[in-house]
Amino acid sequence: MSAESLVAQMKSGLDAPICLTWELTYACNLACVHCLSSSGQRDERELSTEQAKAVLDELRDLQVFYINIGGGEPMVRRDFFEILEHSISNGIGVKFSTNGAFIDKKNAERLAAMDYLDIQISLDGTNAEVNDAVRGEGSYDTAIRAMENLRDAGFGQFKISVVVTRHNVDQLDEFKALADSFGAQLRITRLRPAGRGADTWNELHPTNAQQRQIYDWLLAHGENVLTGDSFFHLNAFGESLPGLNMCGAGRVVCLIDPLGDVYACPFVIHEDFKAGNVLDDGGFTKVWRASDLFTELREPQSAGACASCGAFDACQGGCMAAKFFTGIPLDGPDPECVGGDGEKLLGAVPVALLPRPSMDHSKPERIKVTS
Amino acid sequence: MHPQVALRPEPFGALAYHYGNRRLVFLRHPDIVRVVRNASSYPSLREALAGEGVEEQRWPSFVKALSSLTTSEIIRVR
Repeated sequence: MSAESLVAQMKSGLDAPICLTWELTYACNLACVHCLSSSGQRDERELSTEQAKAVLDELRDLQVFYINIGGGEPMVRRDFFEILEHSISNGIGVKFSTNGAFIDKKNAERLAAMDYLDIQISLDGTNAEVNDAVRGEGSYDTAIRAMENLRDAGFGQFKISVVVTRHNVDQLDEFKALADSFGAQLRITRLRPAGRGADTWNELHPTNAQQRQIYDWLLAHGENVLTGDSFFHLNAFGESLPGLNMCGAGRVVCLIDPLGDVYACPFVIHEDFKAGNVLDDGGFTKVWRASDLFTELREPQSAGACASCGAFDACQGGCMAAKFFTGIPLDGPDPECVGGDGEKLLGAVPVALLPRPSMDHSKPERIKVTS
Repeated sequence: MHPQVALRPEPFGALAYHYGNRRLVFLRHPDIVRVVRNASSYPSLREALAGEGVEEQRWPSFVKALSSLTTSEIIRVR
């Protein structure tokens, strides 16, 4: 089977997801201005420990090899370690994303003793000034302390996860050096206009010139840097970046939110992209295999306005979520289309009429972006 | 097959996941899945390919595929 037909096969869906993100809670000690899930306060409808374990049992039966746990801040949950241990003991490896606030020396040692566990510490600047403007005061020091604790506990290779913005794009080399100094692996991902990110995307997303900079940097360093394949829209510049050049939403990827709602991907917490709930009859399996939304997403998608563009095969029209929350038709160009076609469409829909995330768990006060 | 590897059947063949090195590999044909799964019960690779009904003209491509699976430690040489 050729590579093209494998991609075609994946577009028509797999029996179970490859990359499943599970946000355990909407509670968070931080209030990052670009939070994909508008997290802050716990929702009283969040899955109980027993419900969460039942979902894990189902994922084990589906042979989901690993899951990405996030939030909110997942370590806020009192049953965090219980859920982690239940997952790993059932053969489901875990990678969890954290801001590091709860990785003290004791927890670092506990985490270091576990197998099949990866940890991803979020950091959006190589100094407090750049990082804290996005993630909140003190968050840089907190993240660095967590990294030191993991290193001292002998955890091994953890990951440093960076959302690339207009303000940290010049720090990519420094991020790499920081990761190297901890024996960690660098992961950089694309800023999405989802959650609170919808409100800050205009000021934070990389400029067109910076997108070229990201592309060139990834071509030069991509081998040892993880991206979650999130920059495939940049392939329109020329040579393809490593990874699967496709949108995996509902095909190989999905999101389970803290309430058990299943969305097509972590960047579209919106009614239009909700496929069902893990507590429905038939559980997650039925949602994954038979929901109307996922069935539709697995059908061949139209290239729409991009059909006549020579770069469509390279960029595939980009990110569905990025288009949706910026008011661009789903068969139109990505808002960060490197040919500039998306930019022209921004502003066509009045801000007040843009789709809003279905849920907002932000704490009452918000940290403002200052520039 | 490496003891830390699990196979998940898929319409195109199977996904192989190595829990140790975290590699996810696509086995893109049901025949290669069968060979990977059952090879250890044969005394040699030649007999495994023959025993699993792989025609001789396809052996070179199977040897190539199996060699790349050895590199990613999905399978090991006894």
